[in-house]
Amino acid sequence: MLESIAAFWAEYGAVLTDGVWDTLVMVVISTVFAYLIGLPLGVALILTKPHGIRPHRGIYRVLDWIVNIGRSIPFIILMVAIMPFTRMVVGTTIGVRGAIVPLVVSAAPFIARMVETSLSEVDAGVVEAAQSMGASTFQIVWKVYLPEAKPSLILGGAISLVTILAYTAIAGTVGAGGLGDIAVRYGHQRGITSVMWVTVVFLIILVQVVQLIFNWLSRRIDKRLDQTSDAKKFAPFDLLSRFTHTK
Amino acid sequence: MSIIQIQHLYKTFGTGESAVHALEDINLDIQEGEIFGIIGLSGAGKSTLVRCMNLLERPTSGTVIVDGKEMTALSEKELRLARRKVTMIFQSFNLLMQRTCLKNVCFPMEISGVPAAQAKKRALELLELVGLAEKANSYPSQLSGGQKQRVAIARALATDPKVLLCDEATSALDPTTTASILALLKDLNEKLGVTVVVITHQMSVIEEICSRVAILDGGVVAEQGKVEDIFSDPHTDAARRLVYPGGVSIQQYPTGTHAVRVAFNGGTAYQPLIASLAIDLGVKVNILGADTRNIDGKAFGTMLLGLPDDPNDAARALSYIRAQPNVSAEEVEYHA
Repeated sequence: MLESIAAFWAEYGAVLTDGVWDTLVMVVISTVFAYLIGLPLGVALILTKPHGIRPHRGIYRVLDWIVNIGRSIPFIILMVAIMPFTRMVVGTTIGVRGAIVPLVVSAAPFIARMVETSLSEVDAGVVEAAQSMGASTFQIVWKVYLPEAKPSLILGGAISLVTILAYTAIAGTVGAGGLGDIAVRYGHQRGITSVMWVTVVFLIILVQVVQLIFNWLSRRIDKRLDQTSDAKKFAPFDLLSRFTHTK
Repeated sequence: MSIIQIQHLYKTFGTGESAVHALEDINLDIQEGEIFGIIGLSGAGKSTLVRCMNLLERPTSGTVIVDGKEMTALSEKELRLARRKVTMIFQSFNLLMQRTCLKNVCFPMEISGVPAAQAKKRALELLELVGLAEKANSYPSQLSGGQKQRVAIARALATDPKVLLCDEATSALDPTTTASILALLKDLNEKLGVTVVVITHQMSVIEEICSRVAILDGGVVAEQGKVEDIFSDPHTDAARRLVYPGGVSIQQYPTGTHAVRVAFNGGTAYQPLIASLAIDLGVKVNILGADTRNIDGKAFGTMLLGLPDDPNDAARALSYIRAQPNVSAEEVEYHA
């Protein structure tokens, strides 16, 4: 058993570790850029919506429409459709670099919607209180909406990461690199199912780790919960209860 | 000197046939340093009215003058500055849940650009003032309702406001906590001279701390004046409903009774009128109904007395009652 594992790792270890690394790079960079677009978009949605603090029907409708369109195009189609744009931005449509552009374009509207949802959970009364104190729109966003929604935004961050991780696997089918690419090339095309299953296991572990860390972080910083609660403790083995807490 | 003047204020939500006229032709004059009450049942427009004072709601028409500034004419930036002088506390406290009490009190100062160290010092003083210095580093979720409202009050005072608007500030609190919050408001009013505007649906709150009151009913001011005047002699149905929520009305007394309605306008609360009437004149009267309240040791309210059938006795009783200080009486004859 051990020998066969050693043999397997000798043959595919380098490929797999490279795959994990590529996946992580794609996921992290795409998530960062997607948030740079999605976060302001989500904030704009919450501000301009009908009962927002800066209601503007026109802007809200346009943004809402863009987000809906962005979210309705399947990732694999979007990836192909925006290839010219991808080439223009990063100079290539393949590999890790080529995958980042469609990942960002696809995840940004998704993130915008999630940010909007998180911010809408902020008590309208608290926002009104800030307005009654003479806070500007920027101050309300920066000092009320974002800090008050932080625990929820962090949970949203886990969802975004996992979603982008799933997208990278799809991107693998068109030569993006990463674990998805390995699963397709070795598992599907060459019929080496063991490699495919190992990549699946790696993906499961990645998702678990991301979810665990973000759940813990969200609880950790949320001051609405009792400080002495067990929820503040990091319990990596308490997997089952974590499953039920995914948002 | 008046600090808030509201003239011909109208607020309409929506347009056309679905328009809701929340406020109609409101005229109020709130004096600097007083505790002014605005009372009304749910849906009377109280919350809308108070939000028109700091322009969280923009009036449809009319003027709102606060501390000499016409609020409706201010630019957005000027309005933000003006709001620092007209702060607000709420029924649901509306504290920032992710900030400590200290940071909550610092919040309005952060917004107005007070240096952090100075803000912290002032915030600690304010927490001390509301009796919560030891909770400075606690989070709102760790506090009781009354404590949260104290933090909210400290926060509202951080920018040295001239007016403190209280929107149902005690409605979520139990009676004991309500009393302590009202006592605090009264104390702050006396100590700091801040004008307090209290919005409530509870007559007891008005009774406890207000000097003057406006009764809001269906978007209009039904009656306004000194609390004791309105208490002793409510003129409108809206006022009577609030002063006598149980619905004391002449209709519920036996028909054909020769009765007298006695109003107590602030005599000593425990003046035994009925007993002395019996002892001094030997005339027995029948109490048909009464709703009196003790405000600051003074009796306010009305009592309906059934007079004896003998016209002579009735006349003597009436003149005896009329001769009492702070009591007025009117004969009411009710036949079905």
